Amino acid sequence: MTDVSLPDVASSPGTPLPERAAVHWRRQVDELVLVRAGRRWTAVTVGHSLPLVAVSGFLIALNPVTIPVALILLAHAWVIPGLYASRGANVLRTASPANADAERTALGLLGDLVGHRERELLADTGLVLERGRFGIWLVGQLGAVLVVPGGRRVYCYCVKATGDKLPSGDRIAHLLLALRSDEAGFATVANLTFSGATWRLRRRLRGADRDALRAARAVA
Amino acid sequence: MSQLIRMDQSGHTTLAEWSVEDQRSVDAALAAFRAELDRGLFAVVSRPGGEAEQVRELPLDAPLVILRRPIAGG
Repeated sequence: MTDVSLPDVASSPGTPLPERAAVHWRRQVDELVLVRAGRRWTAVTVGHSLPLVAVSGFLIALNPVTIPVALILLAHAWVIPGLYASRGANVLRTASPANADAERTALGLLGDLVGHRERELLADTGLVLERGRFGIWLVGQLGAVLVVPGGRRVYCYCVKATGDKLPSGDRIAHLLLALRSDEAGFATVANLTFSGATWRLRRRLRGADRDALRAARAVA
Repeated sequence: MSQLIRMDQSGHTTLAEWSVEDQRSVDAALAAFRAELDRGLFAVVSRPGGEAEQVRELPLDAPLVILRRPIAGG
């Protein structure tokens, strides 16, 4: 795992992200909106799982012969939160690569945009670590994960550069530049696909992504 | 020498290079910049310290101006 310590960079106060206009009905993300979104995700997850646990307990108490059914219900209660976390993990998946020359050129530009330690993490994991106002971001090709201060909760955002056939480095650079330009706008434009405990997401990640998440959590 | 680059399928393409002392290079860069913005691309200047600034006019003093495509929720 790459050890990463980032300078404390304040978010840029520049021009708002123009893409916000496409989602004008969404409330701009701020700390309060994030907290509420996180609570809503927790409530929905509990709302889906708790009734299954309660019914299984009721069945077992009613008649031991219903234990197989109760076990099936408990399995569902266990699997449903995992499916949500899998959806979140999908934001760090990779797109199909472009030709080798384009990939090299794009990675060169992306490497110039990040610091030395983040470049090491990029080489190891294919993800870029970026400090923002809301926490630590892990930026991938097709989305980004926000690890909030303390590292206990994550928000997974599905967002990508429009158009096809961009090399992977350029896909990340698009998202990174948009994030640096307007973090709140970036989180507003992106689709939130999961919010929950960091450990739930970690269980669904491939090895390199887990390392990146660990690095992000260490500096969150 | 400042550069205007566009992130695209090739990795990136250098559209213009200019120096403030060379008016012809500045004019060419301005024309290329406007053409790309008219195509729907956005321009970003990467600042030291990890900040980026969205710009609508070509900042002639910036060493590097990057053109990017819009992003959208997936």
